[in-house]
Amino acid sequence: MAAQISPMRARLASPVGVTTVTGLGVVLLLAVFGPILWGTQAEATSVADRLLGASWQHPFGTDELGRDVLARVLAGTRTSVLLALGATGIAVALGIVLGLLPTVLPRVLRRMLTGLIDILLAFPWLLLALFFSAIWGASATGAMLAVGFAGIPAFARLNYTLASSIMGRDYVRAARIVGVGPLGVLVRHVLPNAAGPLLVNAAVHASGALLSFAGLSFLGLGVQSPEYDWGRLLREGIARIYVNPMAAIGPGIAIVVTGLLLTLVSDVFATTPRRGALIRNGLRGLRPARRAGSMRAASASPLELADEAAVVSSARELRIAFPGADGGAVERVHGVDLEIAPGEVVGIVGESGSGKSITAMALAGLIEQPGAVTADELRFRGVDLLAPSSPVSKRQLGLELAMVFQDPLTSLNPALTIGRQLTEAVEVHEGVSRAEARERARQALASVGIPDPERRLGQYPHEFSGGMRQRAMIAMGLMGSPRLIVADEPTTALDVTVQRQVLQNLRRAQALTRTAVLFISHDIALVAGFCDRVLVMKDGVVVEQLAADRLLVDAQHPYTKALIACVPDMTSDRTRPLPVIGETGAVRRAS
Amino acid sequence: MAVSLGIVVVATFAIIHLVPGDPVRAVLGPSAPAELVARTRSELGLDQPLLVQFWNYVVALVQGDLGTSLQTHRPVADTLAQRAPATLVLAGVSFVIAAVGALPIGLATAISVRSGRRRWLDLAASALVGLLIVVPNFLLAVGLVWLFAVQWHVLPVAGWGDPAQLVLPVLALAIGPMAYLARIVHVELLAVLDATYMTTARSKRLPSRLIYLRHALPNMLTSALTIGGLMLTGMVAGTVLIETIFAIPGLGTTIVSSITAKDYPMIQGVVLVYAAMVLALNLIVDLVLMSIDPRSSLAEG
Repeated sequence: MAAQISPMRARLASPVGVTTVTGLGVVLLLAVFGPILWGTQAEATSVADRLLGASWQHPFGTDELGRDVLARVLAGTRTSVLLALGATGIAVALGIVLGLLPTVLPRVLRRMLTGLIDILLAFPWLLLALFFSAIWGASATGAMLAVGFAGIPAFARLNYTLASSIMGRDYVRAARIVGVGPLGVLVRHVLPNAAGPLLVNAAVHASGALLSFAGLSFLGLGVQSPEYDWGRLLREGIARIYVNPMAAIGPGIAIVVTGLLLTLVSDVFATTPRRGALIRNGLRGLRPARRAGSMRAASASPLELADEAAVVSSARELRIAFPGADGGAVERVHGVDLEIAPGEVVGIVGESGSGKSITAMALAGLIEQPGAVTADELRFRGVDLLAPSSPVSKRQLGLELAMVFQDPLTSLNPALTIGRQLTEAVEVHEGVSRAEARERARQALASVGIPDPERRLGQYPHEFSGGMRQRAMIAMGLMGSPRLIVADEPTTALDVTVQRQVLQNLRRAQALTRTAVLFISHDIALVAGFCDRVLVMKDGVVVEQLAADRLLVDAQHPYTKALIACVPDMTSDRTRPLPVIGETGAVRRAS
Repeated sequence: MAVSLGIVVVATFAIIHLVPGDPVRAVLGPSAPAELVARTRSELGLDQPLLVQFWNYVVALVQGDLGTSLQTHRPVADTLAQRAPATLVLAGVSFVIAAVGALPIGLATAISVRSGRRRWLDLAASALVGLLIVVPNFLLAVGLVWLFAVQWHVLPVAGWGDPAQLVLPVLALAIGPMAYLARIVHVELLAVLDATYMTTARSKRLPSRLIYLRHALPNMLTSALTIGGLMLTGMVAGTVLIETIFAIPGLGTTIVSSITAKDYPMIQGVVLVYAAMVLALNLIVDLVLMSIDPRSSLAEG
């Protein structure tokens, strides 16, 4: 429990939290005591003091009957707050009813009701409020009903969404199975679970209601003279804005400040931080990437040819750091050395967090700020990845380096056709015509076994199945002249039956183009079967490196042995629990 | 769409029947002679059965007849035709300004603060946007009038017809939505830039022009346009207040005065036009979205 409460405490204690709570307290005190303290002064007319400008005695000036505007603003707090709360109450109460009703209604009625709510939601709040205030006329109660009713669709929609999601949860299903009726489910399960989001939204809603109300009163459709609220005062003030601007600005400030406070409440009490907050708190600046090796870039060029023949990719003392929660840098990869020969298939195994993926990204030169890459050497076929890129190096990397990621749904751009995504690299870097690029793309798709490639080129990723998307990613790598395909868990997100096909496609593509492959996986059995050589990574360090066919026999490091021991085979004792890897990296049998 | 339109027609028809008490008495006042009340009632057709009234209403509507104003005794349709252009110009110009302004601002702030650089700029932008979203346009209008018209005397305080008189109303209407849209563009772009397909695009080493315009932009346009559509309908509503503040002879000033005067035929007419504008805007946004995003279709939305 303590863990659940403390973030809320922390947010309440933050400067914003303290300001919000104090500010709202002041507004509430004013609502209660304002009319008592300043009521008589706000009503006191004085012919001698008519239409005065702002002064020490009357900070906001006086109106045409000589009444002090500041006193009227303070005393008007009660009416403004009460009307806003009343309207919010109407919206919340009826919104809950209309939002929950569809969940217990038969299908046809439910469709009709939610459809109606959706249609109403298309209309701006103010227009709905005007519609209702046309019915109930220009009066304070009329306006309160109008603002309240206008808010119902939004609340009903919110409730319906919340209720539907809660109704789908397992504990509700369980309750229904044991015979709890729909009403019981609503009262006992749905409402308590929806209460949090509802309260937060009610606060936002109250802010909106306050502003709408001020708007209606301002239009003369809300509170009528001699009653007054902030909107009414604003209306009276703006008529004399040349004479005494404070008479308009004063009530305006009251409206804005109260509205802002109510909005902030939702920020403080919302259970999940919003995305904006995450972005703000997330990452602090770090030194830019690419340092160390870049100095050597110029002098290294004569060696390039020699390099090219021997290795495709090379890294020495590769270190990768990311900003930590406290703003400092956290090193995630601690000095990895790796060379990949032409046509070689190298695997990296390790658990999540071992640094295998970011190592692969660094080898492809794709670590972005705020990540910081340092190394004694980091090259791809002679291109220094630590040096600033040139058009020549971009061309080479764009054509010779291919990526296949874990989730093919997110690694293909949903807004572009498969054809466009396949052809663009060769169009940009090789300057081939649209028609030729398309023909090549057709061949590439055919070579990974996608039927009817001509039609498929014009389709979007969402029209492809998961396995086909991954094969399209592989085909994308075959468009240029690949020398290295970095495949980061290429089969993890796929069905087991599709996994084999995709691996076969990758294997065939490798045989066809004689490209090297860097294959990242947490599955040591898969890696052992697919690769020539295997690197085992743990906590950002390569702990072992050996030929794939020697993996089962020669593994020395306890972590490697542990990984191997965790894979069940035909001889595994099925009566014993599967082994797990302990804190130290050694095998432990749960008993 | 057809369903929405049907509901709108029924709702506008219903206004006069939902009025608590006798609408005709409400218009004419309690002391009006019974004979006048009866005559007005039959003029409005209120003495006929409800279904007949609705049928007559719909038939007249199809012929472009929206009834006769109780105040001016002129056809409602004429008044609307005369008042609508000002509202359309005001909302249209404001939307264009807001959209044209928001896109580059959002893109620029997102790219410049990406990955935690220039945190102060990010914070300052969020704070400013937060404030501009909370300040309703009619208060912004009051502030602008005070600053530009009262203090500096550079722009007219109210009126219609002269381009200079358009500046303040448009600013008041456009600034809030512009800030909001810029923020949406900002947040969406940051999310899109972190997507794996952007890494795929970078791995192709495309020029940054292509990376941003071809790969990033279409993916954030969907949400920006959805918000933009809501923004536009919100602006139509916002014109009501802005027209009142700046004394612009548009639909907003018309509906406010007719609600105060209980001129029901006129109210029904203006509500109908507003609703039709909102529905038309929604339809346009849906069509544009459909042409941009391959995944969305009218059937789903």
